Amino acid sequence: MTAYEDPPLARRQVALIDLLDRLLSGGAVLTGDIVLSIADIDLVRVSLRAVIVAVNEQQWGAFVPEAPLPGATLVEGDDRHDEPR
Amino acid sequence: MDDQLSYAYAVVRPVAALERDALPGVRGVADAPVTLVHHGDVAAAVSPVPPADFSEAALKAHLEDLDWLESVARAHHHIIETLGAHTTVLPLRLATVYLDDARVRDMLGEQEKTFTALLDRLADHVEWGVKVYADTSPAAARPQAATPADEPDPGRAYLRQRRHQQHARDDAWSSAAQAVRRIEDQVWNLAVAHARHRPQQGRLAGETGENVANDAYLVPRRLAEEFRDRVLHAVEEFPGVRVEVTGPWVPYSFAQAPEPKAPEGAQQQ
Repeated sequence: MTAYEDPPLARRQVALIDLLDRLLSGGAVLTGDIVLSIADIDLVRVSLRAVIVAVNEQQWGAFVPEAPLPGATLVEGDDRHDEPR
Repeated sequence: MDDQLSYAYAVVRPVAALERDALPGVRGVADAPVTLVHHGDVAAAVSPVPPADFSEAALKAHLEDLDWLESVARAHHHIIETLGAHTTVLPLRLATVYLDDARVRDMLGEQEKTFTALLDRLADHVEWGVKVYADTSPAAARPQAATPADEPDPGRAYLRQRRHQQHARDDAWSSAAQAVRRIEDQVWNLAVAHARHRPQQGRLAGETGENVANDAYLVPRRLAEEFRDRVLHAVEEFPGVRVEVTGPWVPYSFAQAPEPKAPEGAQQQ
């Protein structure tokens, strides 16, 4: 089994927070039949953040970076707090 | 057994090596074997999961449980990486669950064109995470509070202290913000897309300094190392600013399928 594990798999364990950034706000969102609705996922994210990534809207508001790349996009496009200006 | 649900990890461009070599023996979420559901030129990687843990109600409860969430997230990621070592992968959001494999096949059929277009875009690209931290260390950001003797009005003392802290923090952030722009200047001609995650805070963040930017870049694989080098060099002249590059990731942050109701502001070109 390990024979098939290419180098990327052998790398160090990634940080959970980086993984959750990608798995909870990245990834293609499909509207499956019994999946959590997108609204539910938002709720999960909100309540998770209360535990692991306390949201501080003021702090976020203090820094709104430029977005010079034409492709720049906010991954959490459905979030209310952090629209790029 | 029959009423097992179908957990979908990703849509991929199927290659023979996946089913022949990569997937046999690999275990996904709920320690179940992972298989491909095919439709036309695309396939979805799926594994059976028990309704007791993955029904809507169960999921809602489980997702609040960090240990459970971590185990699912790591299993999901392991499968994505396994697939990504062999073919182009469009990762799906965590906990995308269908009633059965037939429903997954229906889904593939309905959106095959979209998937093909997204896979074309992601082929031979990797995602780099770029996190920039400002040093808002205690000395600069947290002067001693004014003593009651200095300032008879505790409310005003508090406000003054807050102002002071805010200024120190603003300076650190402004330096980090410049570093972020410098990085963007340095890499704009290497990356094909750029996405922002919310800056990381809280106990899982576990880094010194404040995370000012938590970005992701989609980069052609052949330019991946050059991208990383440029980012690391870009911040060298900014004292008190630290950058962390994570990856290369399968492009999770660039996988959004156009939804019927597209979220406002989330237009990836």
